[in-house]
Amino acid sequence: MSSATGLSWFARHELRLAWREWLAMMTGGRRRRTRAAIIGLIVFAAVMHLPAWAVVGRFAALQAPLDKSSLIVLSATIFLAWALMLSQAIESVTRVFYARADLDLIMSSPATLPNIFSIRIVSIAISVTGMALLLSTPFVDVLAFNGGPRWFAAFGVVAAIGLSAAAFAIAITIILFRLIGPARTRLIAQILAAVIGAGFVIALQIAAILSYGTLSRFAVLTSDAASGIAPDADSIAWWPARAVLGDGEALMLLLASSLVILGVVMAAFSSRFADTAVTAAAYAASSRRAPGARAFRGGSRQAALRHKEFRLLRRDPWLMSQTLMQLLYLVPPAIFLWRSFSDSSTAIVLITPVIVMAAGQLAGGLAWLTISGEDAADLVATAPLPPSRVIRAKIEVVLIAISAVFAPLVAVLAFVAPLQAAVTAAGILLGAASSTAIQLWFRVQAKRSQFRRRQTSSRLATFAEAFSSIGWAATAALTLAVPEAAIVSGAMTVAIVSATWKLAPKRD
Amino acid sequence: MNGETSALRLRGLTKRFDRLAVDALDLTVREREFYALVGPNGAGKTTTLRMVAGLLRPDAGAVEIFGVDALSDPVAAKQVMAWVSDEPMIYDKLTPLEYLEFVAGLWGIAPKTAQATAHELLISLGLEPHLNERCEGFSKGMRQKVALAGALVHDPRLIILDEPLTGLDALSARHVKGLLGERVRAGCTVIMTTHILEVAERMADRIGVIAQGRLVAEGTLDELRRQNGRTDTSLEDLFIALVETKAAA
Repeated sequence: MSSATGLSWFARHELRLAWREWLAMMTGGRRRRTRAAIIGLIVFAAVMHLPAWAVVGRFAALQAPLDKSSLIVLSATIFLAWALMLSQAIESVTRVFYARADLDLIMSSPATLPNIFSIRIVSIAISVTGMALLLSTPFVDVLAFNGGPRWFAAFGVVAAIGLSAAAFAIAITIILFRLIGPARTRLIAQILAAVIGAGFVIALQIAAILSYGTLSRFAVLTSDAASGIAPDADSIAWWPARAVLGDGEALMLLLASSLVILGVVMAAFSSRFADTAVTAAAYAASSRRAPGARAFRGGSRQAALRHKEFRLLRRDPWLMSQTLMQLLYLVPPAIFLWRSFSDSSTAIVLITPVIVMAAGQLAGGLAWLTISGEDAADLVATAPLPPSRVIRAKIEVVLIAISAVFAPLVAVLAFVAPLQAAVTAAGILLGAASSTAIQLWFRVQAKRSQFRRRQTSSRLATFAEAFSSIGWAATAALTLAVPEAAIVSGAMTVAIVSATWKLAPKRD
Repeated sequence: MNGETSALRLRGLTKRFDRLAVDALDLTVREREFYALVGPNGAGKTTTLRMVAGLLRPDAGAVEIFGVDALSDPVAAKQVMAWVSDEPMIYDKLTPLEYLEFVAGLWGIAPKTAQATAHELLISLGLEPHLNERCEGFSKGMRQKVALAGALVHDPRLIILDEPLTGLDALSARHVKGLLGERVRAGCTVIMTTHILEVAERMADRIGVIAQGRLVAEGTLDELRRQNGRTDTSLEDLFIALVETKAAA
């Protein structure tokens, strides 16, 4: 087999793995669902054109040259997309180093490792870009339909930022490896992957709150201050924005730059990929020591379960970061609350739905971890206590954690607006209880390490959890603003949760 | 069996998945007995033991553990029983000592007693240098030892093990076999599935051969030989003959 044939074979192998992994993510690992998943995806893509229409439809008439404010908003949106792709790429790269089972096989083969790992780098870039192209299609379609085919250039921009995001992800991960070692890199890279996209939006919101007293991130982007410090109209900083608007020259330059960046990363890092993989594998085999021996704790059987759950949550910073990521969205409202402490701004009402939504989502994640993510399911199932008490202990863990996180926020709110604090507390309770119940009805036996894929094991549970959190958030906000409407919203949310219960798998 | 207490009694135990996995199985294991259940892959050994451990609900039949109906009073049955699966299920983020502390808590063992037993067990299994290391970096053999220690820490009267020697090195396997032998001598009942027929031959008081969900032969090695008219043959030859006869039928 010639070298080129060997490499093309490996490229096909990589793409096949990427495709199957994506398919498994979409189908929750069930092969029989492949057709249904593809049909579902097509329907989803078609349906996504509606929200896409609502979000970008009115921008279809935008044409170059744009004023500085519009350029800033468009560039920030593209940067946000890039940050999200970077986050996905970092996650993919980390998985290649720490979770792919084929590294031993590849590295013990007589293949030229830099070539093989170059292909793996390209494969990561293609899968990140492919996913981004898929997600951007409804938005680009809507823009092209309303504003003409020049908007199809946006696909080129998506490809360019996808390639550069993959290149940056690889460089960041390998540099982190060299600087802080495999153990910390795994954690830091995973946390970075989790917070990069959200971090950008939240940073804008915080800036908006601190500067203008509003939660709208556009307030910063369209401000005179932002225009004042922005570069001139002919700067390369605006290439992505100009390329999206159909400027062929900017698009070509952007694509070429991305390919050059990817090429440089491949040339610089493909040979280090192997060393990094070896170090990561060695790290996986090492053990961490816990604090020295201490006396065993007494207490009830449920107390043993609760203690175990809290200990496991505390010991897994990655899971903590994944779960608590939702709490990042609480930072802007918390700052908003702090800013509003001295005045009686009615805008403070806005923080209630954010808190309730976050509580629902956090409870869903924690409930999955405690109820479904049981690594020693056989042990717990053969223990001499009824399943109902096991479940109760696990639910208690979720509710205790939710109370610990949200009680301080509600307490501070109670000083500013007692009624709003009461409504918020009720919303948190209902949102958390609903999400926990949904996770309980749709529980499956899984490993905690599968947390990342929890949303694919039951689409219905995922959507129901999201809609119930949104529903309770809306109900809480409406209770404060339009109480009559809150009754309708609350009834609708109860209907969603009830319908989910009816559709849940029946158990003995 | 008259006058003898049974640790486990199965009557008409049946379980069907896509096909019949366990077919109206009758089986009795005496108290203080080391019983080995052998059979080809897919014969129904693990399914049977999972039903006994309360991990699967049978479609029909009865499970009695030391006279307790395990289907109507599972908590009482589980209190005296331990289950060790072939794939050790432990928590990566806990140390062996913390894992045993959790197990002891689930079985309601007094902390002082549990702590002393846990130390003793882990040391006897050669895990002393790893007592305070998280299990995430452990080999499969070490994980299996931790799981086994977990099964023994609450001093069960009946221990059910599904392929407990899989993945263990020779020294560890000897440790485990020694520990199980000691438990039987101390009055415990052990039921174990294994594909290593030599282990069954050496350690078991009685051997049950299961094929296609039914018990096709049972007894001591000598009894099995006599039943099959082969007075001087190994368990392996007997096993192959029994399974082939069942398959032909």
